[in-house]
Amino acid sequence: MNVRKTEQKTSAYSKVLSKGKKSYIGEVGRNIIEHWQLYLLITPTLIFFIVFNYLPMYGVQLAFKEFIHIKGIMGSPWVGLRNFERFFSGYNAWALIKNTLGISFYQILAGFPIPIIFALMLNEVLNKHYKKLVQLVSYAPHFISIVVVVGMLDIFFSQSNGFVNIILTKVFGLEKGIPFLVSNSWFKTMYVFSGVWQNAGYSAIIYIAALSGVDPQLVDSAIVDGASKIRRIWHIQIPTILPTAVILLILESGNIMKVGFEKVLLMQNPLNMQSSDIISTYVYRMGLLGSDFSFATAVDLFNSVVSCILLVFVNNFAKRVSSNSLW
Amino acid sequence: MLMREKKVKMLAETRGDKIFDIFINVIMGFILLIYIYPLIFIISASVSDPNTVLRGEMWLFPKGFTLMGYKHILQYKEIWTGYLNTIKIVLLGVPIAMSLTISAGYVLSRKEFKLRNLYMGIFVFTMFFNGGLIPTYLVIKQLNMLDTIWALILPNAITMYYVIIVRTYYNTNIPEELHEAGVIDGCSDIRFLTSVALPLAKPITAVMALFYMVDRWNMYFRPLIYLSDRKLYPLQLILREIVASSNMTPEMLEGFEPSEYAIMVQISNLMKYGVLIVASLPVLLIYPFVQKYFVQGIMIGALKG
Repeated sequence: MNVRKTEQKTSAYSKVLSKGKKSYIGEVGRNIIEHWQLYLLITPTLIFFIVFNYLPMYGVQLAFKEFIHIKGIMGSPWVGLRNFERFFSGYNAWALIKNTLGISFYQILAGFPIPIIFALMLNEVLNKHYKKLVQLVSYAPHFISIVVVVGMLDIFFSQSNGFVNIILTKVFGLEKGIPFLVSNSWFKTMYVFSGVWQNAGYSAIIYIAALSGVDPQLVDSAIVDGASKIRRIWHIQIPTILPTAVILLILESGNIMKVGFEKVLLMQNPLNMQSSDIISTYVYRMGLLGSDFSFATAVDLFNSVVSCILLVFVNNFAKRVSSNSLW
Repeated sequence: MLMREKKVKMLAETRGDKIFDIFINVIMGFILLIYIYPLIFIISASVSDPNTVLRGEMWLFPKGFTLMGYKHILQYKEIWTGYLNTIKIVLLGVPIAMSLTISAGYVLSRKEFKLRNLYMGIFVFTMFFNGGLIPTYLVIKQLNMLDTIWALILPNAITMYYVIIVRTYYNTNIPEELHEAGVIDGCSDIRFLTSVALPLAKPITAVMALFYMVDRWNMYFRPLIYLSDRKLYPLQLILREIVASSNMTPEMLEGFEPSEYAIMVQISNLMKYGVLIVASLPVLLIYPFVQKYFVQGIMIGALKG
């Protein structure tokens, strides 16, 4: 079967277009006419992306303006980098950046390897039913809402009557119980590990799938050669999932600056603000609650740009170190 | 082959390996615990005497059984409007999201679609960069969607990640011969989608529907910023209020005698547990039956896409 069939379907219009030059525009034009239904099908989606993703980009110029409500975006005066200056000279700029980066790196450091390790271990479980049970149970938390997860945190880790603290004081004889939820030093840990609890099982699915692609003959010959399980894991399983892991790492690093904003917002309170306030929550507070539109847009823009740069950086780094990358 | 496998298995069991196996099983048991225990705890706490919970006496099974918490939850009207609103969001939002996602995924999978890469580029770019919180808010405002259900289901109607999964699925599961046969029979592009591709893609369609349903059900931030009319608040918003509150809202006090206010605080704790269960109940109930679809969905999308 070859290409002739498409030529049988060309209409009169496209025949006219195809006469003479084989320009790209001509080709595209022909394509649109010939497969107009496809173009029609995808147009609503295109419109959506334009309206809700690209149109707002027009509003990004607010970052360089001083928004005056009555005059609208167009009428507001340009102020150059003043919003950015204001941000960086503010008393908390450094703290915000530190928190954002700190939480992100911590999250990647702890949150990235754990699903991998979990998948590797799960793969070695011999009893099929046990394996399935653990899988099922570990995926579940991913689907409960973030409000519920933070609610559970409140219940279990409350200093006065949270179950964890009850055990710590009654069983281990601790004096007062640890202020998990309101102390600055505990915030990052609580944030990251509740995230691990919720998502590790789900993230592991990809690795488990990749591991199922391991060649059993390879494993068998390794066994015959006398390799212990741990050596087998190190030499067979890990290289198999390495490509997947690298790509996922890149994707995650693209989100560095956008640290799970909803969850931070939910976990924030006046007592841990010092370590829990990140750039995105600051933008939310200043922009939506405080109505300081142009300032918030500027900070948000800064956030996005740094994210982009980090993403490109990590991608290129991955390209050099391994042969996998996003582009 | 069986003998050889048996031999290999015998060789495999070195002492180190046996320890390794035990170790793994113990860890898995621990993992089971940290996932199942919180659930049991909360369920038990929601029907226990709040004082026993506060003092730490209740740790596994209910103590001082009481249904007061649930009784008050049933009476708390806003939970039910919240439920209703969330259901509306799901019923309205999921079909919209599905039609957009599937049509896009399908078209992007077709080789005849010459502008494939261009469209992909336009779409994927939005995964990494968009206007930002304020500009998006302003657009929604200008479209007069503030304080309506549309602000919750339209802007985020399409999750690009899912589109990629759909596209990958069509790419790998609709053989080209099928399409060629269709063309010879005079089948148009749309006809091919509806009569051939879509029926073949039932599994992925189900998976997408589930993913979107969960997303819509758990939505918190969007309603938070786009809604100010309490009548439109979805479940998660109301849930948040109850779980995070140390104060009572007037609505919660409905149906109480002033003399009972002291008990109120206790009841409110009880309600917290109950409400968590009530909000997550649908998801938790359906989950065991559909979880294998979720797994399939991710495997398809992530491995090849």
